Amino acid sequence: MKQLLNTLYVMTQGAYLTLDHETVKVEVEGKTQLQVPLHHLGAIFTMGNVMMSPFLMHRCTENGKAVVFLNMNGQFLARVVGKTTGNVLLRQAQYVAASDANKAASIAKNIVAAKLQNSRQILLRGAREIENTGIEAGLRQAATSLSDALINLKKSGTIDETRGLEGISANAYFQVFDTMVKENRETFIMKSRNRRPPRDPMNALLSFIYTLLLNDCVSAAEGVGLDPQVGFLHAIRPGRPSLGLDLMEELRSILADRLALTLINLKQITEKDFEEREGGAVYLNEGGRKAVVVAYQKRKQDEFTHPLLEEKVPFGLIPHVQARLLARHLRGDMEEYIPVLYS
Amino acid sequence: MTNKTYNEDDLIQLSSVEHYSYCPRQCALIHVEQTFDENLYTLRGRAVHETVDIESSHMLEGVRYERSLPIWSKRLNLVGKADMVEFHGNVPYPVEYKSGRHRIGHHESLQLCAQALCLEEMLGVKVEKGAIFWHASRERKEVVFTEDMRKQVEEVAVATHRMIAERYLPPPVNDKRCRDCSLKESCLPEVIHNKTRHHSITKKLFVVE
Repeated sequence: MKQLLNTLYVMTQGAYLTLDHETVKVEVEGKTQLQVPLHHLGAIFTMGNVMMSPFLMHRCTENGKAVVFLNMNGQFLARVVGKTTGNVLLRQAQYVAASDANKAASIAKNIVAAKLQNSRQILLRGAREIENTGIEAGLRQAATSLSDALINLKKSGTIDETRGLEGISANAYFQVFDTMVKENRETFIMKSRNRRPPRDPMNALLSFIYTLLLNDCVSAAEGVGLDPQVGFLHAIRPGRPSLGLDLMEELRSILADRLALTLINLKQITEKDFEEREGGAVYLNEGGRKAVVVAYQKRKQDEFTHPLLEEKVPFGLIPHVQARLLARHLRGDMEEYIPVLYS
Repeated sequence: MTNKTYNEDDLIQLSSVEHYSYCPRQCALIHVEQTFDENLYTLRGRAVHETVDIESSHMLEGVRYERSLPIWSKRLNLVGKADMVEFHGNVPYPVEYKSGRHRIGHHESLQLCAQALCLEEMLGVKVEKGAIFWHASRERKEVVFTEDMRKQVEEVAVATHRMIAERYLPPPVNDKRCRDCSLKESCLPEVIHNKTRHHSITKKLFVVE
């Protein structure tokens, strides 16, 4: 299996990264803060005002290591890429599939099915772990509405129906999501899912983790030679990484939502990790972002048995494996795209 | 053997002959799908080739050594580089460098024979023999190019050329060849082969437990 290498996240403002022999050297105010061997790294993500030497960028592109610039909120700004390479036939097949209503609908349908299944598992697990019978009933009821959606999805054919069922299910899911919070409940109450901008700590936390996950999904798509902007479930829209969002759907609950709950319930994230801006937007502050990034990196190292590969795969590699399976489907090796089911 | 007109855009890499004779899908993954995954073996191979791939020419005790020599065949639509060609007088003697140890099988000999056919066409001399050098075991084996081998190279070159022109990707072989193949993760031989597993998982997607 491909090795999951570390991602180096640099968040210290004014830091300067250079290539020193075969290592990455991180300097802050002229002092070396960190030196990591390049072969330990799969990608370098920088947030905010972080600088990097051209030679380090050259080396990273030569070795296929992603170099990504994000703003302080983890939103994507730029990526250093080499010349266009890879499989032009795969990209062509992707474009053909995206404009073929039946093919696009079948991929989207499988992705949403896995999303519903994986979200259901989170809700049922939450119900098993809670002592309050009222909350337990609410979680089980939401799980049931997801299974109803799944039954309708099986019968549905068109992409519009699929998108509709996905929307209804997401509402049902987020209506009960914060009842799984056991600590600091007053801080993490969530009226609804909102994101532009997030207006409470729970939404801010989820948005930040989704951004990290999306960046990994986009990198995975690019890594296997797919165009990250051409999706199936998510319609093509200028500037939107639709395929990245597609790959992310099946993983949201298992990689991001579960992590958010763990961070809160273990009190690794509390009220002090957020800041509210004038008018009501809420964001993680620097300490909060650091805690999330560390926990996310750790989560990516955890392994689980991939049902199709029947071998242990670290969570961090799932986007890569799934992008690869999608590529194999698009090139005609596999009849269907098979998303990952978590149980 | 079809004698199509020579078109420089249609030339195929010499190395694809070895890839195709080893596994047509591996050949298609590299030359049609443009896949390249590194593994331990390819990294070792690169380390060996980094010292060999510098084009140079030198004489030593009456033998001229040409490293990384560009070679081609218009007849077979092949183009590539020979790691090393020794010239004993006018007679070229190709030497192929391999990073690993001596392996059973004749794919490497076929690749060497393809080089010989290129050199014959380019220089108008008969190339009877060459050698393979294995870097890890420091072994050198002489290969005599038989009629049979020459015929096989021609057949493989035609088949490879057709596959690449048609952009055809054959299904995975899923046998012991896959074990050490650097492209296993892109190819997914076992996963793709196992249709029963696909069906059982796809079915589970819509089952509520």
